[in-house]
Amino acid sequence: MKRSLLILICSMLAGVIGGPAGAYDYKVDDPYVATIVGTPEVLEWDKLPKKVDYELLGLKVFPDRPTPDVFWYQREFLYTLSYQKQEAPLIFVIAGTGSSFYASSMIFLQKAFYGAGFHVICLSSPTQMNFITTASATCVPGNIVEDSQDLYRVMTLAWEQVKDRIKVSEFYLTGYSLGASQSAFVAKLDEEKRVFNFKKVCMINPAVSLYTSANILDGMLLQIDPNLTPEIFDRWFNERLARFGEAYRLLKEPPLDHDFLYDAYRILHKKGQTPRRENLAGMIGTVFRLSASNMTFTADVMANYGLIVPKNRVLGSADSLTDYFKVANRTSFIDYFNEFLYPYSKSRNPGLTKEALIESISLRSIESYLRNTPKIVLMDNEDDLILTPEDLAFLKDVFGARAKIYSRGGHCGNMRFRDNVAHMLNVFKN
Amino acid sequence: MKRALCLMLLVVFVFLAGCGTAPVRQEPEIPAKRPVSEYVKPDETAAIDAYDPWEPMNRRIYIFNAIFDNVIFLPVVNAYEFVLPTFVRKGITNFFNNLMEVPILMNSLLQFKFEKAVNTFGRIMINTTVGLGGLIDVATLNDGIQREDEDFGQTLGFFGLGPGPYLVLPILGPSDLRDTAGLVVDTAVYSLMVGELIDLTGLGSPEDDILNYSLSALYAIDKRSNEPFRYYKTGSPFEYDLIRKLYLIKRQFQIEN
Repeated sequence: MKRSLLILICSMLAGVIGGPAGAYDYKVDDPYVATIVGTPEVLEWDKLPKKVDYELLGLKVFPDRPTPDVFWYQREFLYTLSYQKQEAPLIFVIAGTGSSFYASSMIFLQKAFYGAGFHVICLSSPTQMNFITTASATCVPGNIVEDSQDLYRVMTLAWEQVKDRIKVSEFYLTGYSLGASQSAFVAKLDEEKRVFNFKKVCMINPAVSLYTSANILDGMLLQIDPNLTPEIFDRWFNERLARFGEAYRLLKEPPLDHDFLYDAYRILHKKGQTPRRENLAGMIGTVFRLSASNMTFTADVMANYGLIVPKNRVLGSADSLTDYFKVANRTSFIDYFNEFLYPYSKSRNPGLTKEALIESISLRSIESYLRNTPKIVLMDNEDDLILTPEDLAFLKDVFGARAKIYSRGGHCGNMRFRDNVAHMLNVFKN
Repeated sequence: MKRALCLMLLVVFVFLAGCGTAPVRQEPEIPAKRPVSEYVKPDETAAIDAYDPWEPMNRRIYIFNAIFDNVIFLPVVNAYEFVLPTFVRKGITNFFNNLMEVPILMNSLLQFKFEKAVNTFGRIMINTTVGLGGLIDVATLNDGIQREDEDFGQTLGFFGLGPGPYLVLPILGPSDLRDTAGLVVDTAVYSLMVGELIDLTGLGSPEDDILNYSLSALYAIDKRSNEPFRYYKTGSPFEYDLIRKLYLIKRQFQIEN
């Protein structure tokens, strides 16, 4: 089975590889396919260690914070450490929206950096449930300035926790997607606090404006049907799930990663099936919506804000959450921004306008810092789905020679491609 | 065996009585800005819906399972993986898999899936002889005969029986009423096999409780060792709903194939 699959992939790729030597060989030219399917196995970076030992470590970031019953299993902030026996550089890796250190992209980066001789600390996204419940000061994620302060706090505490056991030569920082945008803000914060004095920071496929990118991703669902109703979505989703049944059976692991919906597509893609554009976009939108639902509900409960769960209601550990899940599924990231993040921020800062908040959670708000800081480098793609043409132009202008922009790859689709990994590791070695 | 089962059920029920007691409200509730009543209409079904009339009990058992997993099951599995080298564990997995092929054969025949039955019969024959009593999965080597996937739950489904209420079984996890019935039948066939085997090899008496318990424990540890699922790893507060949906979809697909 495995071998026939390999032959199938090879024959599929035979037509597309074999371009001129030195050209960019990542040839998935549909950004939607690239975003979902990623890098075909045969083109992946092949110097990865098979298995990397890591320790799962826990931190009490706010020792006095009670854990609500409904989140009884979130007692500590969790992160992973993989360390070298000898002195080595330490790199912090920040996950993308809604993802934990268990996400397949995180495990990939962990292996790549460990294999290249780094100590690696993997951090979940500040938009992920474990982070919101245990490590977010406000429990209301989305304000990148505050989220980056939260990140800096856990990085400092994590370093405190491990520093007696590992020998570190210098510090590095990276992240992908939202984690890339956050790493820029974390780097800026580090210029004041100077705990790490990062030697180099690599941003992989960042969002320029969180609001704009979220809006684009929210809009993906509308490609299923411009007049999307819950009924139409449910019918569409059930059809997809029925197709996935086949893919699930072929998965070695149960598809329970946060991007399990992508995994099913990867399998279908390997079998040579090409889903329609609207279904691909719909699936990207669905995965994003699921992340947004998880985040919105978690923040709502933790901050007792009363968006989905009635204010002051105390949920028990075994209470049904299905109805809240349905409401959360109908709540987009932009809804969260308009009905939760903005009013919440305004209540703490009465003069704040919506435009000012949107501006402050964009890389544009730290443009001069990014422009004048040689240690920050960028890896991105011309066809990244979460960027507008203006966003891309902004990045090219600001980073200039420090930007490596690939012609293809969609959003993070080429992250595991051998050229990309080689470049990324090279960035940190020079 | 019966005594152990009673004891286990007792533990579960004591746990259930203790957890999920009504939380104390301190301040008056204020309706949500996006109230459930506005977004969820009782006559509409959503993609995530499932027939789960025993949800309160199921959710409690789910929590029990998560705790049991972390406190007892996984530490035991970790010790097992630490003590025994990979090839020994692989042999144990293969051995139990080979025994479980008997119910697979039975269920393939019951569903008139003769190709699957022939494959399974071939696998049992090859693995039991050349594979040294099932310790080596010779049949799968070199793109040989792959293991089929049938069980009595699927057989019941094949004959048109619906899943019935969703059910989370203590320790075993997601199931439904039909699949639980199926599990009882498959386990009975398996136990019969094990009894015969014990008799045949003269390892002891089939009524030997300690031997039976040890085999059951080893079987459970081996199964958990090969199962990558970890509770609350999805990072979703709605994990119960997601797992329920995935289980039901997966079963539906297995029945259709």
